[in-house]
Parts: sequence; C-alpha cells; structure tokens
Amino acid sequence: MSPRLRWRKFVSNFMLTLTGVCAAVSVSALFFVLGYLVYNGGTSINWDFFTKLPVPVGEVGGGMANAIVGSAKLLLLASLFGVPIGFLGGIYMAEFSNSTVAFVVRYAADLLNGVPSIVIGIFAYAVAVLPFKHFSTLAGAFALGLMMIPITLRSTEEFLHGVPRALREASMALGASKWKTIAAVVVPAAYRGIMTAILLALARVAGETAPLLFTALGNQYWSPGLRQPTASLPAMIYAYALSPYDDWHRQAWAAGLVLLALILIVNIFARAILSRGGTVLR
Amino acid sequence: MHASVRQAVSVNINPTTVTPSREAATPATMRMNINKVNFFYGSKQTLFDVSMGIATSKVTALIGPSGCGKSTLLRTLNRMHETVRGARLDGEILLDGKNILAQDVTQLRRRVGMVFQRPNPFPKSIFDNVAYGLRINGSKLPIADAVEKSLRHAALWDEVKDHLHKSAYELSGGQQQRLCIARALAVEPEVLLLDEPCSALDPISTAKIEELLVQLKDLCTIAIVTHNMQQAARVSDSTAFLLMGQLVEFSPTPHMFTTPSDPRTEAYITGRFG
Repeated sequence: MSPRLRWRKFVSNFMLTLTGVCAAVSVSALFFVLGYLVYNGGTSINWDFFTKLPVPVGEVGGGMANAIVGSAKLLLLASLFGVPIGFLGGIYMAEFSNSTVAFVVRYAADLLNGVPSIVIGIFAYAVAVLPFKHFSTLAGAFALGLMMIPITLRSTEEFLHGVPRALREASMALGASKWKTIAAVVVPAAYRGIMTAILLALARVAGETAPLLFTALGNQYWSPGLRQPTASLPAMIYAYALSPYDDWHRQAWAAGLVLLALILIVNIFARAILSRGGTVLR
Repeated sequence: MHASVRQAVSVNINPTTVTPSREAATPATMRMNINKVNFFYGSKQTLFDVSMGIATSKVTALIGPSGCGKSTLLRTLNRMHETVRGARLDGEILLDGKNILAQDVTQLRRRVGMVFQRPNPFPKSIFDNVAYGLRINGSKLPIADAVEKSLRHAALWDEVKDHLHKSAYELSGGQQQRLCIARALAVEPEVLLLDEPCSALDPISTAKIEELLVQLKDLCTIAIVTHNMQQAARVSDSTAFLLMGQLVEFSPTPHMFTTPSDPRTEAYITGRFG
C-alpha cells in the first residue's frame, strides 16, 4: 500500500469515527439529561407532589399541584389565543394572498419566531401587565400565545401547500366555492399535519420560563380565575432551584422531570398522529 | 415539436379557416356553442378564434398533439381556466343559448361537471366522495339513494357496495377514476367534460371507461379530450382536431377518420406527426 493510499484510508476512517462520535454525543445528551432528572427527581416524586400545595420553608413535604394546574391553564389559554390566529393566518397565506404579501408575512413570522423569549416577556409585561397593574394568568397566556402564532402559521401554510392542486380542482369543478373547498377538502386533507405542528408548538412553549417571569409571575397558592398571578412548572423550577433549601431543590428536580415527561408525551403523540396520516398527502 | 408539424402548417395558406364538411352541416341540437374564442396565458395566446358546438346527448372528442390547446378549450367550458392566474378569455361560450361567462360560476360548474386526467378522489370514504357535491349544493334528495344511483351509472356499484365507508384511496386507479365520474354525475350535470380520463389507466380500465361513456350519453352531453385517436374513433360522435391553438377540422367522427377534409388532419391521424 502506498503511503498516499494509507493516508487517505486514515483520513476516511478518522472522519467516519468523528462524525459517529458526534452523533452519539447528541443522542446521549438527551439520555443523560433524562437519566439525571430521573435519578434526582424520581426520589422526590410522590402522590403529594401532584395533589398538595407548596409548604412554607422549614416544613417537609408538600407538592406543586398549583403549578401543574397553572401551567395547564396557561397553555390552554395560550392555545385559544395563538392557534386560531396562526391557523387562519396560515390559510390566508396559502390560499388567498399574492406572492408579495405572502413573502412579507412569512418573513415577519420567521422574525417573530426568532425573537428571544425574554423580549416577548418584556413586551407582554408592557402591554398586558402594566396597564392593569397586575400580574395575571391572562398576561402569561398572552406571552405564550404570541410565541405560538408564528409556529402555527408557518406550519399551517406548509401543510396546506402540500395538498395537491388536483383536489382543489375536483372540488371547484363540482360547484364548490373557494372557501367551501378550503373548509371541506383542503384543510381536512392537511389536518393531521397541522395538528402535529400545533402540538409541537404547545410542547415548545410549555417549557418557556422567561416570558412568564414578569407576566404570570408565580404563586405559592391556588390562583383563582384568570386575573391573579399564577404558579407554573417552569417558573417554579426557576424559583426553587435558586433557593438555598435542599428540600426545594428536590422539588425542583421533580418538577423538571414532570415537565420533561409531559413534553415528551406530547411529542410522541404528535409524531404518532403524523405517521398515521402519511397516506393522506400523496 | 416534430418537423412535419411545421411542414404541415406551412403548406396551408390560411390556417384559421376551418375546413367545412358536408356531414357537419347537418343541424343537430347544440347544448354548448363556442363562438370565436381566443385564449391567453399572460401574453401567450393558446387558442385562436375557435368556434364549434357540443351536440346534446352526444360524445364530442377533442384531439390533437400535446400543447395544441385541447385541454385549455375543454377547461373554458366550465371556466376552470379561471383558477389559473393570468388566464384570459375573449369570445363567447353559450350553454343552452346563455353566455356562461355572465353566469354565477358555482351554478355553472354544477351544470357542467368535469373529470380530470389523473384520478383525484378526496381523502374521504367512497360514500363521502360521491356525496360531496350533493352536500355542498344542499341537495334535498335522500343522499344514500343518490350515491347508489351515481355509482351504478359509473358502473362501480357492484364493486364497492359492501365497503362504501372505506377510504377511496384503497381503490385501484381505474376504480378511482370511475369514482370520480360517479362524483361528477351525482349532481346531475347537463354536460360532462373529461380531460384525458384514461391517460393514467391500464388498457382494461380504459376499456371499462370507454364502454361507460357510450352509456352515459343518455344522461348527459359529453366532451372528451384525448391524445389517443383510436379512443376518439371508438367513443365519439363528432371529433374536433386542434393544432397549435387552431381548430383545423370539426366533423362527424366516421368522416374524420375515413375521409378527412384537411391535409393536416390526415397527416395527424395517419401518424405522420404528434
């Protein structure tokens, strides 16, 4: 074997190993985080964690029931605000707008998607907290909903573009109006993809902390209605992890584990919907 | 383009004139009339002064080489051309003596149905595919009966009656195309347009659809675009031959395929180009 050939073989093997190791590192990062969370959080998770309120410093036990409910309320409200706007906007983009408008909206949506979440938080603080002089569930949901709009809009647009033109023509040729065609043929043909995208958007904002810090703030107690500050899992993790108490650290680990488990479940669910719909878009 | 096309065209002195034939002069009731239609995609003109009729309860075939404008002409008959940006039409198209360009387009398309080149069933059940047109038009008829009737007309009923609620995508290509025909028939159109309906199908499915077309004449008037001259000869009563956006010859089918009046028609049907 000539030295030249030997060198080439060496480079080839070296690069193969390097890329393989990097791929393994990226996968193992997930398992490392998961394992660490299970190791530290698993021991602190018990039934009380899901059913009890946080207890004052010094007392042992208690749970984060209010944060779990708070997160659920925030996400539900955020979806009610962000999903319809993103979804209908996406329909407009894919079906009605001319290319210039579509370009501008698409670009704006991508920029909005790239705005750091802390900036979204400050914005929500300025428009939804300051005027009412009150931190609230509504303000937190507004911030999260704002983050869901561009994700929902762009993915709705993409999936609607994926619906074959032949289906639209078939419907129009039967005397259906444009809106009827969209509502009865195009959206149903793309709806699994859109559902998946909405679930992924939900999973994405479920873990956001920064937009909640000065909107929903946090709460050691139940938050009745929508106009009070509310606890949420990510904000709770932030507060508890920074505290000097061991018991609170354990609770923070448990909250992290619960949050990650929820996000993973939503992700798996979303992938399942999409793969079942694989035959719909030809 | 084939060299002989240019040759065939250049031989002819005035390509816009339609060669008349004796049989075409026999008056038949025309369901649709196309009067001096010019068609443009942006600045490109694709139809030049086309005038012809679609006879009631007959099959009219449009033939010609790829890009001759036959599909464009067909699509103007229910104004499907309007779904394409930059398309513009001059001239007059009459349905039962009334200009279709002045009518409500959804009403027009209910009366003039269309079947496309590739089977395009909706991602819904077989039943819902056929029922779609009835539902959007708010039909008062019992839907199940109308669906059965349409599937029978499309010669598909016996094959699907036991699994009407299965997805239309589980049918074969030929069955899907007959489903599309049933879907179009469900709203009881007066005219049915077919745009190369067999081009994506195997010979057996093609034969079934051709057989079906001949039976459907009793229900409605049919216009079919085909690139297959044998198919035009088998199913149609009259045939129009288009070349580069111009109607070259429009005659009864037996006449067209035995004694064409125009040398370009003869060149095309004897396979010298196209």
